[in-house]
Amino acid sequence: MPTAISIFGLVKNFGSTRALDAFDMTVWDNEVHGFLGPNGAGKSTTIRVLLGLLRRDAGEIDLLGGDPWRDAVALHRRLAYVPDDVKLWPTLTGGEVIDLMGKLRGGLDPARRAEMLDRFKLDPTKKCGTYSKGNRQKVAIVAAFASDVELFLLDEPTSGLDPLMVMAFRETVTEARREGRTVVLSSHIFADVEALCDRITIIRQGKTVQAGTLDELRHLTRTLIEVETERTVDDLEKLPGVHAVEREGLQTSFQVDSDEIDRVLRHLVQFGVKSLHSAPPSLEELFMRHYGDEVSEQKKPEEA
Amino acid sequence: MSQAFTGTLALTWVAISRDRIQLPVWILAVAAFMVAVVSIWNGDLSQEELVSVAQFYGVQPAVRMFGLASGATLGAYIMSRGFVVFAVLVAVMSILFVVRHTRQDEDTGRAELIGSASVGRHANLASAFIVVVGANVLLAVLIGLILTFKGLPVASSFAAGAAFAGIGIFFAGLAGLAAQLAGTSRGATGLALAGLGLAFVVAGIGNILGRVDEAGVRVVSAWPAWLSPVGWGQQMRAFEEDHWSLLGLFAFSFLVLAAGAVFLETRRDTGKGLLPERRGPSAASPGLLSPVGLVWRLQRGVFLSWAVGVGLFGIVVGAVSADLEAMLDELEGFDEIFERIGGTDVIVDAAFVTFMGILALVITIYAVQGLLRMRAEESDGPAESVMATAVSRRQWVTSYILNIALGTAALFLIVGLTVGVTAGIVMGDVAAWAADLVVAGLVHIPAAWVVAGAVVLAFGLFPRRTALLAWMVFVIAAVTGPFIGAMLDLPEWIQNISPFIHVPAVPGESVTAAPIVGLLGMAVLLTGAGLLAFRRRDIDVTSV
Ligand SMILES: Nc1ncnc2c1ncn2[C@@H]1O[C@H](COP(=O)(O)OP(=O)(O)OP(=O)(O)O)[C@@H](O)[C@H]1O
Ligand SMILES: [Mg+2]
Repeated sequence: MPTAISIFGLVKNFGSTRALDAFDMTVWDNEVHGFLGPNGAGKSTTIRVLLGLLRRDAGEIDLLGGDPWRDAVALHRRLAYVPDDVKLWPTLTGGEVIDLMGKLRGGLDPARRAEMLDRFKLDPTKKCGTYSKGNRQKVAIVAAFASDVELFLLDEPTSGLDPLMVMAFRETVTEARREGRTVVLSSHIFADVEALCDRITIIRQGKTVQAGTLDELRHLTRTLIEVETERTVDDLEKLPGVHAVEREGLQTSFQVDSDEIDRVLRHLVQFGVKSLHSAPPSLEELFMRHYGDEVSEQKKPEEA
Repeated sequence: MSQAFTGTLALTWVAISRDRIQLPVWILAVAAFMVAVVSIWNGDLSQEELVSVAQFYGVQPAVRMFGLASGATLGAYIMSRGFVVFAVLVAVMSILFVVRHTRQDEDTGRAELIGSASVGRHANLASAFIVVVGANVLLAVLIGLILTFKGLPVASSFAAGAAFAGIGIFFAGLAGLAAQLAGTSRGATGLALAGLGLAFVVAGIGNILGRVDEAGVRVVSAWPAWLSPVGWGQQMRAFEEDHWSLLGLFAFSFLVLAAGAVFLETRRDTGKGLLPERRGPSAASPGLLSPVGLVWRLQRGVFLSWAVGVGLFGIVVGAVSADLEAMLDELEGFDEIFERIGGTDVIVDAAFVTFMGILALVITIYAVQGLLRMRAEESDGPAESVMATAVSRRQWVTSYILNIALGTAALFLIVGLTVGVTAGIVMGDVAAWAADLVVAGLVHIPAAWVVAGAVVLAFGLFPRRTALLAWMVFVIAAVTGPFIGAMLDLPEWIQNISPFIHVPAVPGESVTAAPIVGLLGMAVLLTGAGLLAFRRRDIDVTSV
């Protein structure tokens, strides 16, 4: 499958701090790619390197077939960016900014602009100085999605939006994907990522810690199972991939590695299952595992 | 009310510790400069020499712009010669400090404490005022001691120090007010510096229009001098009459300015804001839709107010020229001194050269301030969004450079025209005066562009230090320049640093191509180097 973005061994230093440390990421064409990581992990830095705003210290990048630093201007006609902290000119109106950014990017579809303004309930006659954070973000989103581009780089675009606007945003991203466009979505909001993303990359301290589809990542974690049986469940602990077993009479709860679920269920039916509740790992739990501080990192080997 | 000041003391300590290098460096540098200056102007002058230098300041109207003659004593001589320079240095120190601790660092400064203690709405402003007043008092004492050690009368030495401190404190108050009016630190600095320039020129005009006594060694200033804090400092007449009571005027005006700043801060905080909420067009006009159009839109308000400001100023200067002529008739007793500088016509010309030179410095402030907008847009504005579109870095920077370079040139044209036409109207022969003075204005453009080029270079190389470096370049160019540098008797090689020294003294001298071409080449070189550096560096968003 062709790639929209491929990053290999990307290094970016700010003085003595290493913000990106041999970071890798691949974004396929026409996918919505989630980009997750704790504060200061290097998400915004990666996006800024992709935009040619920052100069990389090492690594290879292919962005839409070009080099983000050398071919910046040509590439920028084919992509749109929503920054993490949208800053606008206080004396210009939202409508003026949308037109300006669209024009500077290479053109804007007026019908699309009107549709987006309507969808995001944005008043384009207000001066940007009087917009709230969420409204500034809406200006940037409308400006981005009113342009006819191949790639969207969105840095925490929903952090200031109210729930209705988040729905409008999701609709917009889904539409863009349907039209064959590619979206990179950096976010701390799991629900957005779960709802929208085909694949995700998790970054931590400038390194890739995990990448793949949500399902693939889920397989790397455990499912919580609560079961009520007719007889006491025996020998559960002996099965591979079962953890944290707790019994209360005929109620049993435990965690199981996602790829062992089948074997465990076969074991359980011997004891007459009366009810069973299973919770797949949420993205949030996934996060916790990968974000987890040094302590949980060190715990891993001894668990295994 | 008092609650609004909670935490002032704590913030005062924060301000002192954060400024523990910059402020002491300023104070020591000013003090060291004072030591250097008083040791250059040695006390070996005979009484006759003292009379003749005092006459130099008393008799020549154009020279009065820079110093007030207050009798034939060594102390008075030092005050006539050095007063304006030190007043400007102390004022700039105070302005930069207050802006640094209110606008620029307001948010971070508060953030440090807000977690642990409750901080009142005005605590930050109040703590900045406390530290800056303290710094000025300290400087006054240092200057008093230096002059006393020089062997000058003790009380007068401290009166001199107090006059400088008074001016510093006044401009601290003005900067506090400017910080509330302007939305950005760049705007606040520019506003306060423009106030300083105005105060300097108004005091100078008061002195020029004043009367000199029979001996030619003491000028009684005309009323405009009393409109300017720089004028008040001169009217303290240290080493002559030591009018300590004028400190009351400084204290009162500072309190008024500080109260104004506090009042505006209240309004700002209660959400009314200083600019009313307005609506505008829902779509952009075609003129806006390019980098050049955008910069013009952002800059046009500033440019138009400057155009009106320098235009009005030019009219005043042109009108004063008639008084200059009238004064020449009164000053018949001083033929000998006039001869030294070459005849009556030249006096009017010399006055115009002086005025134009000062206006050139003031207009250069416009260029510096305008170019600093680039940095503001980068660190805390939408510049990164613009450069993430199909606008190249070169295009982005050039649109600013073009706008500011042309705007600066236009201001020089406006000044030349207004001075020339008004002078022509009052003295006759509009066409000739206008032509002369337009040239006198335009010859300064290359020098202003050199300073602008240095700002672009600073922006390209040291983004986080751009504002500091830019104003440093400006102050150096101004201080080593034709008026101040010559007055301080700085060595020629130091004076040659300033681009303004190389500007032909029009009218009077004729225009020569070499210096103009040289300055233009320098400006292009600096700008080009800055552009190259900017294209190679990271876009630096400090608020990350
Ligand atoms: N201009 C800069 N100068 C110095 N350090 C920087 C700069 N920009 C980023 N950093 C550092 O690089 C690291 C990565 O920052 P980055 O902004 O990319 O994180 P992020 O993943 O976007 O975090 P967040 O979720 O908080 O937005 C951080 O340690 C940050 O402090
Ligand atoms: Mg970020």
